[in-house]
Amino acid sequence: MGEIEVLYPGLYSSIQDLGRHDFRRFGVPQSGAMDSYAAKNANLMLSNLEAHPILEITQLGPQLKFYEPTQIAICGAYLNPKINDSLVLNNKVLSIEKGDILSFGKRNNACRAYIAIAGGFNSKKILESYSWYNGITQKQMLQKGDIIRYSRLERPLHGLNAAVKVPDEYLRKCGIKVFTGPEYGLLSIFQKKLLFDSKFHLDVHNNRMALQLKEPLENNLTPIITGPVLPGTVQLTPSGKLIVLMRDCQTTGGYPRILQLSEDGINIIAQKVVGEPLNFQLFEIK
Amino acid sequence: MKQEYPQIKPMGERAILINFEPEINENSLKKLLNLKKLIETGIIEDKVEVINTYHSLLIVYVYAIENIYDKVSALKALVSKANIGKNIDSRIYHIPVCYEEEFGLDLELISSENKLKISEIIHLHTSPVYTVYFIGFLPGFLYLGGLDKKLQISRKASPRMKVEKGAVGIGENQTGIYPQSSPGGWQIIGNSPVDFFDKNTYPPCVILPGDKVKFYSIGKSEFLQIFEDVGRGEFELKSEKHHG
Repeated sequence: MGEIEVLYPGLYSSIQDLGRHDFRRFGVPQSGAMDSYAAKNANLMLSNLEAHPILEITQLGPQLKFYEPTQIAICGAYLNPKINDSLVLNNKVLSIEKGDILSFGKRNNACRAYIAIAGGFNSKKILESYSWYNGITQKQMLQKGDIIRYSRLERPLHGLNAAVKVPDEYLRKCGIKVFTGPEYGLLSIFQKKLLFDSKFHLDVHNNRMALQLKEPLENNLTPIITGPVLPGTVQLTPSGKLIVLMRDCQTTGGYPRILQLSEDGINIIAQKVVGEPLNFQLFEIK
Repeated sequence: MKQEYPQIKPMGERAILINFEPEINENSLKKLLNLKKLIETGIIEDKVEVINTYHSLLIVYVYAIENIYDKVSALKALVSKANIGKNIDSRIYHIPVCYEEEFGLDLELISSENKLKISEIIHLHTSPVYTVYFIGFLPGFLYLGGLDKKLQISRKASPRMKVEKGAVGIGENQTGIYPQSSPGGWQIIGNSPVDFFDKNTYPPCVILPGDKVKFYSIGKSEFLQIFEDVGRGEFELKSEKHHG
């Protein structure tokens, strides 16, 4: 069994997979990788299953020491990863030797990167998912001194060729594809126009549960009878706050649900940082 | 504009929302739960999860739905087939609550605001048979209907940073139990030593939508006894079949 020692945990690093399904009806959030596209790519690069547990890291990456040889791949945001003293690329199978230290530098673009490891991390599956969530799993985020285990790699699985071309234009996109939400019809023509003609920016209040937008949308909508919400649901509060619910969101809510982000839209917005612009593009469901 | 119910509409790429009349009552709940059962057994080609709230069903698919209009029409057919008047099988669970001072942090406040003696608050809270509408907010948090109007009180102006696990509270016309410690704005009247969510069992919740709940008052020593029994996995909630 290989071990990773967490020398520095980074800003917010956690084990995730594609989320917890079938437990929402017991009030359990879905969780899972904020940018599921990058998480899947990282796994596919190592021929893992797409639902294998990966490490999601946010803005400031961790510093990790590996105690057995293995192979890893990093996808999503480019956070200037280094193995020991050498800068390495995203979207590439990387060889790790015993004693190697993986660290990260400044971010170039986007904010969430995903580290997959050959065979996946040996993390505990709870309620059919590896995703860390406070109260369901023992840990919520990495801490200094933590040990993460992985299977020992007997022989390398992959050649160490050039980086694979992974389409990552989405990391720079500001157009977010959305569908109408259940209470969209309550908005006035003017409010709808504002919603699609304005640029919005991410507010400082953002985490794995929800991202708030800076620009308010004035409204006089009344709260609804508590109803179901999903990752990607955009709620509008009486004070005009637009709240984009993300992977760790609660299962029900009482604010009007005016939009529903597409899966791609969730992945795009998951990579935005405070102050970055975005705009909503309405699509009809075909 | 008069709306026709139920409304069946996609909610994004991998969910379909069915809305009934926006009201909170047991008949709507029965309709919803009967339809929920029908959908759970009737949709066989996809893996779906069906969640209910007061007047909505959300059908969540694991992957993006390919032919959403086919799914919507299949659901429409199921809705028309649903025997909506049918009663549902449920159980009534008896939940111990300790209303002593140590736990009932806001009893005094409710007593003065609502002009009730503390003994009357406890009596009013333990008398009704509450209906479990759904589970949401936190893992294992039961949305209960049936609170006595005399006990209604607004939420705290600023929520507590930490409400203890098991805390029993009142917020507006709702009452409920915090299944884990969390920030919260409800007025706290007691604490239940029972576990309402266990991630190591399946299903993780014993009490489900459609079930009934009745509280009974216990003293501190009984609270501690049950708390220990729960810890050892030796406590069983009293319950019986409910016909209604």
